[in-house]
Amino acid sequence: MDDWRPHATLTTLRARARCLAVIRSFFGERGLLEVETPQLSIAAATDPALASLATRWPGPDGTARWLHTSPEFPMKRLLAAGSGDIWQLARVFRDGERGRRHHPEFTLLEWYRLGWDHHRLMDEVTDLVTKLLDGHTLAAVEKLTYREAFIAHAGLDPFIVEPGAWHAAVKRHDIDCTDLDDTDIDGWRDLLLTHVVEPHLGQGRLTLIHDYPASQAALARVRTGDPSLAERFELYWQGVELANGYHELTDAAEQRRRVEDDLVQRRELGLPEVLPDARFLAALDAGLPDCAGVALGVDRLLMLALGLPSLDDVLAFPIERA
Amino acid sequence: MAVYSTNEFKSGLKVMLDGDPCAIIENEFVKPGKGQAFNRVRLRNLKTGRVWERTFKSGESIEGADVMDTELEFLYADDEFWHFMEATTFEQHTVDATAMGDTVQWLKGQEKCIVTLWNNVPLSVIAPNHVVLEVTETDPGIRGDTATGGVKPATLETGAVVKVPLFVEIGDLLKVDTRTSEYISRVKE
Repeated sequence: MDDWRPHATLTTLRARARCLAVIRSFFGERGLLEVETPQLSIAAATDPALASLATRWPGPDGTARWLHTSPEFPMKRLLAAGSGDIWQLARVFRDGERGRRHHPEFTLLEWYRLGWDHHRLMDEVTDLVTKLLDGHTLAAVEKLTYREAFIAHAGLDPFIVEPGAWHAAVKRHDIDCTDLDDTDIDGWRDLLLTHVVEPHLGQGRLTLIHDYPASQAALARVRTGDPSLAERFELYWQGVELANGYHELTDAAEQRRRVEDDLVQRRELGLPEVLPDARFLAALDAGLPDCAGVALGVDRLLMLALGLPSLDDVLAFPIERA
Repeated sequence: MAVYSTNEFKSGLKVMLDGDPCAIIENEFVKPGKGQAFNRVRLRNLKTGRVWERTFKSGESIEGADVMDTELEFLYADDEFWHFMEATTFEQHTVDATAMGDTVQWLKGQEKCIVTLWNNVPLSVIAPNHVVLEVTETDPGIRGDTATGGVKPATLETGAVVKVPLFVEIGDLLKVDTRTSEYISRVKE
């Protein structure tokens, strides 16, 4: 039996350690407070696209605890309690995600900036990632709206809701997929994004996509307009999504509505029922300061920086030999 | 028959798609930062051999295909069919020209072949990697020419045509790689 050995090489593990050290000094120099929040919670992510792993805690209630999919909610509780700018390197867990660029357990770097909007945070993300990609030649950062990216790379306005236009675009790009309903516009958007748009993003430079459809706001605030746009952004390099950030939603009532929508969708999709995070919602009631936050996939960044083909290659022990 | 969810997809899995048995060649999980995950799958239609890419919404399920590879011995061919036998049970299978495909050009009898059966019906036949066949037609051999590296076509007793070195003559027995149609060596009787 040889699978006791690490999968990543020692050279890679040393590069990983250097990367974590650069991150620590970056936030140390900028004066953000490093925090740690629980991996186990009584509440699970309500987002229908996220599946939480469950475990048991033999404490007084003996009920299930969920492994967090991101440290977002407890970090926002700290912000509401007056922590000021905070950052965290967290091991997070997502069920059902396994592939060349997905691993059910991975390292997420998450940080929050008080009084900032998503544009200012995009600049800081760029600063950090550029530092971590020291030695790589990068052209000037490209900043595109979600709509611009679709028009440039898929030849389609993503705010069109007419199913015929999506069918035509999918056919034009030679995609064979029969699983999406006509009404599932976000499904069509995700299909074209992953198959057609993403491979063009971040080639030879970092690309930031912002102003997402309001239906994909997740935890970002929405700017009312025609169409309404979510103040959300993602960072890409070499066609791979590396970070997702928001000008954070602070409106407790709106947040409750989104959680309710999530729960309705989960029921419709036959997904496991989960308990929304009541303490997170209470923190929003108490008042989350205006802020922007972002989460960055450290393993993916490392994989690309080292020119490795698979996320497994930067992990000491991938799940199959964990 | 078993039903497979996208998270059970892996290369080699046999599934039913649009009424045909298919083999998964490659499976890639893709997911945007937030939102719908997909499995991008490269498949081979086991009836037609066509390879294409299909995208499934992650979480969807498809029916498995009762497909198995089995080793059968080629017995003989008649006007219509090629006849094979399972060595331990003596069960016989008849294979039509479509399922035989290009494999016919390597078989003269008694070869142990891998036959892919779908619901016990042969879909395809793979010849042994190496076969030994006699040359029935080729230009006269250039004796001793083992150095120039020149090649010429030679027709074998089963009808296959392979490129051979110039010294090969009619009546020679040749060892051939059926996967690449390449000459390997002359074989002594």
